Amino acid sequence: MNRIISKEYFSERVVKLVVEAPLIAKARRAGHFVIVRVGEKGERIPLTIAEADTQAGTITLVVQAVGKSTQKLCALNPGEYVTDVVGPLGQATRIAKVGTVVCCGGGVGVAPLLPIVQAMKAAGNRVVSVLAARSKDLIILEEEIRRSSDEVIIMTDDGSYGEKGLVTQGVEKVILREKVDACVTIGPAVMMKFVAQLTARYNIPTEASLNAIMVDGTGMCGACRVTVGGKMRFVCIDGPEFDAHQVDFDELMMRLRSYKGLE
Amino acid sequence: MDKQDITARRAEAWREELRKSKKAKERTDIPRVTMPELDAAYRVTCNEEVNQGLTEEQALVEAQRCLDCPEPTCMTGCPVEINIPTFIKHIEKGEFMAAAATLKETSSLPAVCGRVCPQEKQCESQCFYVKKLHKQPVAIGYLERFAADYSRQHDTGELPAVKPSNGIKVAVAGSGPAGLSFAGDMVKLGYDVTVFEALHEIGGVLKYGIPEFRLPNAVVDVEIDTLRRMGVKFVTDCIIGKTLSYDDLHQMGFKAIFVGSGAGLPRFMNIPGENLIGIMSSNEYLTRVNLMGASHADWDTPVLSGKRVAVIGGGNTAMDSVRTALRLGAETAMIVYRRSEEEMPARVEEVAHAKAEGVQFMTLHNPVEYLGDENGRVRAMRLQKMELGEPDESGRRSPVPIEGAIEEIAVDTVIVSVGVSPNPLIPNAISGLEISRRGTIVVDEATMRSCLPDIYAGGDIVRGGATVILAMGDGRRAAAAMHARLQGEEA
Repeated sequence: MNRIISKEYFSERVVKLVVEAPLIAKARRAGHFVIVRVGEKGERIPLTIAEADTQAGTITLVVQAVGKSTQKLCALNPGEYVTDVVGPLGQATRIAKVGTVVCCGGGVGVAPLLPIVQAMKAAGNRVVSVLAARSKDLIILEEEIRRSSDEVIIMTDDGSYGEKGLVTQGVEKVILREKVDACVTIGPAVMMKFVAQLTARYNIPTEASLNAIMVDGTGMCGACRVTVGGKMRFVCIDGPEFDAHQVDFDELMMRLRSYKGLE
Repeated sequence: MDKQDITARRAEAWREELRKSKKAKERTDIPRVTMPELDAAYRVTCNEEVNQGLTEEQALVEAQRCLDCPEPTCMTGCPVEINIPTFIKHIEKGEFMAAAATLKETSSLPAVCGRVCPQEKQCESQCFYVKKLHKQPVAIGYLERFAADYSRQHDTGELPAVKPSNGIKVAVAGSGPAGLSFAGDMVKLGYDVTVFEALHEIGGVLKYGIPEFRLPNAVVDVEIDTLRRMGVKFVTDCIIGKTLSYDDLHQMGFKAIFVGSGAGLPRFMNIPGENLIGIMSSNEYLTRVNLMGASHADWDTPVLSGKRVAVIGGGNTAMDSVRTALRLGAETAMIVYRRSEEEMPARVEEVAHAKAEGVQFMTLHNPVEYLGDENGRVRAMRLQKMELGEPDESGRRSPVPIEGAIEEIAVDTVIVSVGVSPNPLIPNAISGLEISRRGTIVVDEATMRSCLPDIYAGGDIVRGGATVILAMGDGRRAAAAMHARLQGEEA
């Protein structure tokens, strides 16, 4: 049982939860995720850790209410408990000083992107962050991203904030103007697919953090299997980050629809 | 095994008297008992336990069959060295609680073993009846289950003897059969035992893997509760190597660690179409149903439960999966196995139960490709017909494809049950641990000690994929060896 310390609404359906989890806060690195369960009959769902405070013994999760389980989680209030939080899981992001890194996040993908932006900056890179969403009110964690970025480009579908356009347009603008040494992308699978196609054209090494369906999160079930470079990999133990140019995004998107209509 | 102890207990007056009360011929003339079971047509409509357990009358008669041999060969077939004649003779005398107490001397999970052990390959295969009389063995497994169930139903709250605390902390990674067996022995010896479990429930494969109709969770929970009352501490949602590191455990004062993290990595066949929707590992399928309650409408986790289900493989897990599919409403549930039925690793009883329930067996068939519909859901499998060739290194005749003999069969769900690999989390997290090419932790067979002096391991993380009882035997050996080492250090 993990107590919720605070809750903040980023938008109607996107909630930031600070949850007591001292051991996870201490052990986690950028890129790690947790498995969360709400209620004794609840589902196990993976969520990437956005931030951690080792002093307070807390981790921060950003949750978008899209299905039954995320709705239950978003409905919890400070003082209430998440039934289970286990982690940190997955492989941590490989952080190195490579030069200029473009970090692009879409929607709630910006939350797991935050610790990577912070770590990339701390490693001495020039960090250009590209944040994208449908409209202004869905851009999250802008201040926190700005604090660790040399530059932030905002893209919205409807032009209500920043520039009107897709995340790929923002990324390409940077590529055309300066030498980009690496790219990290987190967001909906279709977004990551197009970012990967773009950076492949410019030969820019790119990591994508994949959001697959999982049950246990420890390698046991194989629900999260993806094809990377023609080989079967498990997102939970081999990932969640993979060479975006090698990921079969179409298969990932298909598998994400496995339970469509069953909820 | 302590021969002197076996002889001494056999020489007790009550045993001698009981032996003389009936002629050997009278005993061997009694036919082996048949396990009462639920009717097949009824049981596939629910999750109730198929084997109903012996009645008192049946147990009393079956116990008479045991000849109380001076050299009980059955015990050599038991990885946890249960004193089999002693517990059976207690049953014959009507002392069911004493029978259960005998089981609990060396087994932390008698009600579990009485249900899921392959006794026909273990104790019963070494029974005098089999070896010398060419008759059916004493139903040791059924009697074990009977005594364990009796003591659970007549629980007095009495616990096995526990030595006074020695204050020495030991950690266990994983709460499956290996870990629980280890924890039981160590807590009896006076250690301060903490079991860390990655999942939200204690029990490992006993909970997520073996279905309710073969091993009810309530049975497992009672055994776990006994360990808890004996002083074992359980921590769920905690992964050794992730949540807590090897160094963290040292800082917390743990003097030694037993790793029983299991074989939690499903194998796939790497054939085209295997990632289609509706194709999953038996681990995923069984976990969704057994651990996550997916078959109940009021639990959140879904499961794809098709009308035409194929399970690939011939082991016990395959049988568990295919029988689960029937209970989830499959109209056709089939086993696809590349060898013949004779080579199937599953227990004979499981195969018989599956057949009685209407499972179709497609032996000498091997999937080579899966085909999907426009939504990516599997709609058919292509099967290669096989024939048996020469024996392979496992001694079983190896399957050889019959050229050109390919069949296409419509399916909407496929459960891949072709084995598991060791879970890599702990091997990857602890540097210096010697790991085999198969990914198992390398240990000394006698002591179960790894190349790191304070890490012991057992069960599937060492064996790669074995049985509950072998895992429990490993736990016991590791406990004995760790105890000897820690006492040596203290002295």
